[in-house]
Amino acid sequence: MTSGEIVIVGAGPAGMRAAITLARAGRRPIVLDEAPSSGGQVYRRPPPAIRRDAGALYGFEGRRATELHRAFDVLKGDIDYRPGTLVWNATDTRLHLLAEGRSRTQSWGRIILAPGAMDRIVPLPGWTLPGVYTLGGAQVALKAQAVGIGARVVFFGTGPLLYLVACQYAKAGIDVRAVLDTAPGLASLEALPGLIRGGRTFLKGLHYVSWLRMRGVRIASGVRPVEIGAGADGAVSGFRFERPGGREAFVECDAIGFGFGLKSETQLADLLGLDFAFDHRQRQWLPVQDADGRGSVPGVYLAGDGARVRGADVAELAGERAALAVLADEGEGAHRSRMAALGARIARAEPFRRALDEIAFPFPVELAREVPGDVMVCRCEGIDAKTIRNVAAASGTVDINRLKAFTRLGMGRCQGRVCAPAATEILAAAAGVPVEAVGRLRGQAPIKPMPLSALAEASS
Amino acid sequence: MTVFDAAIIGGGLAGCSAALHLSLRGASVVLLERGLCGAQASGVNYGGVRQQGRHPAELPLSRRSREIWGRMPALIGTDCEFAMTGHLKLALTDRQMTELVTYRDTAEAFGLALELISRDALQRRYPYLGGGLAGGSLCAEDGQANPRLVAPAFARAARRAGADIRENAEVSGAWPDGDGFGLRVGGAAEPVRALRLINVAGAWGAKVASWFGDAVDEGVIAPNMCVTEPLPVFMGPNLGVCGGGIYLRQVPHGSVIFGAGLGVADRDRSRARPLGEVTCEAARLAIDMVPRLAQALLVRTWTGIEGCMPDGLPVMGPSPSTPGLFHAFGFSGHGFQLGPGVGAVLAELALDGTTPTPIDGLSISRFHPARSDQGRSPMARSGPDGGMQDRQDNQGN
Repeated sequence: MTSGEIVIVGAGPAGMRAAITLARAGRRPIVLDEAPSSGGQVYRRPPPAIRRDAGALYGFEGRRATELHRAFDVLKGDIDYRPGTLVWNATDTRLHLLAEGRSRTQSWGRIILAPGAMDRIVPLPGWTLPGVYTLGGAQVALKAQAVGIGARVVFFGTGPLLYLVACQYAKAGIDVRAVLDTAPGLASLEALPGLIRGGRTFLKGLHYVSWLRMRGVRIASGVRPVEIGAGADGAVSGFRFERPGGREAFVECDAIGFGFGLKSETQLADLLGLDFAFDHRQRQWLPVQDADGRGSVPGVYLAGDGARVRGADVAELAGERAALAVLADEGEGAHRSRMAALGARIARAEPFRRALDEIAFPFPVELAREVPGDVMVCRCEGIDAKTIRNVAAASGTVDINRLKAFTRLGMGRCQGRVCAPAATEILAAAAGVPVEAVGRLRGQAPIKPMPLSALAEASS
Repeated sequence: MTVFDAAIIGGGLAGCSAALHLSLRGASVVLLERGLCGAQASGVNYGGVRQQGRHPAELPLSRRSREIWGRMPALIGTDCEFAMTGHLKLALTDRQMTELVTYRDTAEAFGLALELISRDALQRRYPYLGGGLAGGSLCAEDGQANPRLVAPAFARAARRAGADIRENAEVSGAWPDGDGFGLRVGGAAEPVRALRLINVAGAWGAKVASWFGDAVDEGVIAPNMCVTEPLPVFMGPNLGVCGGGIYLRQVPHGSVIFGAGLGVADRDRSRARPLGEVTCEAARLAIDMVPRLAQALLVRTWTGIEGCMPDGLPVMGPSPSTPGLFHAFGFSGHGFQLGPGVGAVLAELALDGTTPTPIDGLSISRFHPARSDQGRSPMARSGPDGGMQDRQDNQGN
């Protein structure tokens, strides 16, 4: 029993694997990809003008990336792949797209959401200076544009990406001045029994750390960021932080990459009306899904880091599982054992992921709650931390959408995708409630800024 | 047991203003809001503070309200970003320009000054406007405000003045009770009691009215709103057009807000959402009106549920069936500017039984010719194609 077009949003590991699975089953899914070519963030392909081999681009992931790209490319004739296509709105029957500078619509019968994740940041003094990038942004510069964000770079924050990006920069010949982790870091996991279950992922993480150490890159964990310094030209001049124990240190640099793990992109799930629940490990409201990746609205499926941040390998497994769930829901029952096997493999990855989230790279909640008053939190609308605290105190509100209404926080170009993690922690701390009690910013179309001319084109 | 002088159902702008004005007169007031004050139509509308273009039945109320807008800092401690930018209504055709001339004379009788602007003067004074315009009419004392701030600010002021403002307090029933009224609130066993009852429940106003036999058809609309990224400030007045196709304003921090057409409203589930197709059409109309917007980025769309009466005019005044009950709802997409004045007038009706502000044309009785005093229906008077004085254009509040 089929019911209209099968649409996949996103062409990272989850979306690509879902498309491959469906194509092999004789379906012709529509794959909508915001990027100019498939791969997502993790397996991003450089533009044709920049040729680098897979090893240089993806490191340990080279073989895996190549395999996935090859499988996807081989089936391209069987997949309706549409790169450069942004989904800016979603309803229960159709999507609104932006492609080639104009808006158009696409109906859907079943939809697999695999939009991925983005950097999660905590603002600190100086974070809006020229020369400050997110870790993901720093990686995109290197992968897609073959440039570094600076000549002497400090990376700080926490999460697996911290060490990976630092390695990629060092390998590209850029002077990595320091890698500073707010958390205990990967090395802390060595001591934990059972974590070897993380297998490949764990070992390559350790390898990044030791490789950086061997190269003489300064690595410290348990640090507390203090500020990003500005030079006479108004750009980044260095990074000040506190070592464990409280002693301050300053590293000179001309660029900074920072981030505190990833957050799932959930706006489309929200526009489609899916139920959400608070995920304590990720400290984010996430769409509810059943064991096979079905959302709470019939016909909507979830996979990849957009559903929950678990990395590229799990994303691929979940992408295949979501595709099989689509087939099962269309009456093809032959995939049950494969779905069970995928489920088991995803479950086996859980303890390691849990250790990453809770022990190695926990989100620095206190840092977020204690953002200094004059630090800009919502950059789009110019709202600083003290405004959030003052409005919370004056209005008595504990609701992030109410805070948004009163202050404009989250109403700008990014619609809170950048500021929400810190803003919710600041509000929760000010109101004296758990972070889940402040709720989540509602998704509103367009999920990314749209030129008015592109919208008008659609109409004429 | 406490018996309040007045109970108010609904914490929109009208209700919060009524609570404030009643409290300032020394009355004891309880306001019962199902969710949060100003979270529905009062808080999510376009934010126009406009008198120009209103139906004569609304103009006295609108004039009254405008006077309150001008002294909000003294009254409630904040201006809620009210700015007297003016409202410029544009005519696309010569015939529409003739309508603007006629309306200017109508408005004058209510003390509202409008300046007619010729085609050439329009391009000279507002060079950012697109072509194809026949002229315009400027109301200099109109303006704009931040709707998200106003009702909550009135609620806080009312609370400071002694009103009992209860949020997350849903009224599930109300009935005449002795000298006054009983109200069932949430799961409480004990009813709330009050001598007067004010129904300002917005899109749910007809439902409250029906508890007392004041049956009236109230539909819902969800105006489709759009906002751009902040742009350098270039616009002066709020813009509207004859016929109400599109309305557009630039807020002081640079974003341009515009609306055209309707989204989807689901009153039962208290949910509304904009429509992508309507947003596209609104973008086209916005660019026609202000061509430089073609380069701007749209960052957000939204809507909200607004009660809408068949003739586009609100219901306001005493209940024809129940002494001590007063209605004000169904503002049909243009209640924001009226809100402060509605509250002031309701306070007078509740305490004095009368108001110096003429509101007869808004009586609920106009929908019940058999039972009403005069059968005062503006539609009946002007016919379905009665021109702009008689038909409410959707001009954004």
